[in-house]
Amino acid sequence: MSTSTATTVATASKRGLWDGGQSPLKASYGKLMMWFFLLSDAFTFSALLIAYGLVRSAHTAFTADPETFLFSQEYWPIPEKVFEAFPGMHALGIDSAPLVFVGLMTFILIMSSVTMVLAVEAGHRMDKAAVTKWMLWTLLGGLTFLGCQAWEWAHFIHGVPMDGFNAEGNEIIGASLTENQYGPKSFAGFFFFITGFHGTHVFSGVLLNFLIFYNTVTGVYERRGHYEMVEKVGLYWHFVDLVWVFVFTFFYLV
Amino acid sequence: MATEETSNIVVQPADKAKIKKLWMTAGYLGIITAAEFAIAFSLPYTMHDLKVAIFIAMTIVKAFYIVAEFMHLKHEVKVLIWSILIPMIFVVWLLIALVYEGAAIHEVRPQ
Repeated sequence: MSTSTATTVATASKRGLWDGGQSPLKASYGKLMMWFFLLSDAFTFSALLIAYGLVRSAHTAFTADPETFLFSQEYWPIPEKVFEAFPGMHALGIDSAPLVFVGLMTFILIMSSVTMVLAVEAGHRMDKAAVTKWMLWTLLGGLTFLGCQAWEWAHFIHGVPMDGFNAEGNEIIGASLTENQYGPKSFAGFFFFITGFHGTHVFSGVLLNFLIFYNTVTGVYERRGHYEMVEKVGLYWHFVDLVWVFVFTFFYLV
Repeated sequence: MATEETSNIVVQPADKAKIKKLWMTAGYLGIITAAEFAIAFSLPYTMHDLKVAIFIAMTIVKAFYIVAEFMHLKHEVKVLIWSILIPMIFVVWLLIALVYEGAAIHEVRPQ
């Protein structure tokens, strides 16, 4: 009897990292599943952005001086000529502010990512007040971003009055899924799909953040003894920021 | 009752160096984004391919900071890091394959 126990102990100490009884990845089940979910979500977003790349490179590019650019169904638009509006800029006497608004949106999302990581840090220290404060800032950042996106969509759909016509002499204003004033049909389709899919992620992120905020305030995590849920939802929130970095480059800058 | 349960919770003091590092990371992200703006409007349009190359490089640097520091992946176990990074090969393949394909479609399409 005593011999067999001794043998078991001896075997256990010789066990390899992957032979059970310990976690080789040094992360909890929930955190790992969040990582692998995000990996699959990264594939989805990559597929969308790469499909945009395929369709864009299948269209004629506008290679002349951007100063001479006119909206046309014949070639792919230059993003800086499409996204050049800022709320209230006409009241200030500014005619165009290319990419400034989308730059502001990027800044807002980066800031809300920092406040999220500060909430995670506070959670490690069991500092309920600090987690509450930083989650509130993160929520504010997420909601502001959603508001900006709503404005951006509204502006894109309503369009801007042109001096008469586009390069073909058509007078289309704004955008829908069937036609748009900015370029080939698929341009608006990709805009709606990619920024919309990302916006949906931001929206569900805000809901999750609110849940975390609520549970923090009511003391659920304090009673549980750890704030790991903040970390898991934090991973999701940073991923949303990460995707925006790619959308910003491949949809707005390139 | 609730206060009794939670009264033995000890709040650790904040690690100033760690928090400073997080703000620095955010600062880098902001600076790189500002630099992207500067490049977008300062390089002439004839250097479009160069601009695209710079933008892609800067995007990868930004992605590195977000994933490594904010998502803490840099400080995880090696196996976890590689489990997330290696599957990205598929994305690189798809990107190259489909952009090449798109250019081929443009070639054969009647203009």
